[in-house]
Amino acid sequence: MSARGETALWIAQRASAAVLGLCAIVHLAVIIYAVQGGLSAAEILGRTRGNLAWLAFYSIFVLAAAVHAPIGLRAIVIEWLGWRGRSRTGFLVIFAALLGWLGMRAVFAVFL
Amino acid sequence: MKVAVWKGAAQGSFQEFDVPRQPSQTVLDVVTYIQRRLDSSLAYRYACRVGMCGSCAMTVNGVPRWTCRTHVDKVLHNEALRIEPLKNLPIIRDLVTDMSAFFDKWARAKGQFAGSRTKRDAFAPIASSSPERADIDAGIECIGCAVCYSACDVVAWNPDYLGPAALNRAWTLVKDTRDQRTVERLRAVAGDAGVHSCHTHMSCTERCPKRISPTAGIAGLKRAILKSALKGEL
Repeated sequence: MSARGETALWIAQRASAAVLGLCAIVHLAVIIYAVQGGLSAAEILGRTRGNLAWLAFYSIFVLAAAVHAPIGLRAIVIEWLGWRGRSRTGFLVIFAALLGWLGMRAVFAVFL
Repeated sequence: MKVAVWKGAAQGSFQEFDVPRQPSQTVLDVVTYIQRRLDSSLAYRYACRVGMCGSCAMTVNGVPRWTCRTHVDKVLHNEALRIEPLKNLPIIRDLVTDMSAFFDKWARAKGQFAGSRTKRDAFAPIASSSPERADIDAGIECIGCAVCYSACDVVAWNPDYLGPAALNRAWTLVKDTRDQRTVERLRAVAGDAGVHSCHTHMSCTERCPKRISPTAGIAGLKRAILKSALKGEL
């Protein structure tokens, strides 16, 4: 890939890593805080349903994961499988779309 | 001591020799003893014997090292040595590797200085205390021994990867305020065989006999590439 394309991917991966790092810390801290009073499906749904702040936070989390993971997987398939070209790009785009779709499906499952 | 030495090219085998221990004996002394006394057909490469020329690097007990300045005392394991050619380079014969790919990558990383002054111009003043000069000083003493290249996992996985030495060279030129080809050089090292492939394992930094940190140079290049990309130059 061109220097510009490679650099853009690198920036995207670093930026998404920073977002993921922050999101993971908030996610874990909230879990630890939330389970203090016991944990039930009703309690979780009570907090998440219709909560726009929660929706925004986890949408960003999912988006960052969908950007970050395929770029990392790209390096792995190059080094381990020597897989290059359009078929690899196609695979990674599908993988990114799948991560985004599954992630957002999970988010909306407890938001709606 | 027992010394197992690689004989052959890509196909070959280890041959065992008994070599007497001497005080202050280096691994290069051992190889020279074998070649002069035990097996005159053994091919190996050296020149200066004092850690300047970078030609005697070999894999000693699994680790790439400059053999002229590696004392046997430091690397002997169970009274035995296992000496192989450098990894990640094609073997010509026995302990001699073909280093063409290694040096071709210096050229691909735009490792040539490109100044703008002629011999009629005055010298460019570079303060020895300037931060750029300090960065160059940290990387400039490379002797081109290919120990870092041999130690690099990424070169093993991706043979196109430019490798630590070529990237370190590019870094010293990027920091050289006299050089005129910075953007072109950054472009050359930012492709998919360049700095972004580095996993920061730091094997190069761990093994460099001159205590250079190519990892630091690669990190510096990434920062320079980022700045250049944000300015729209790349």
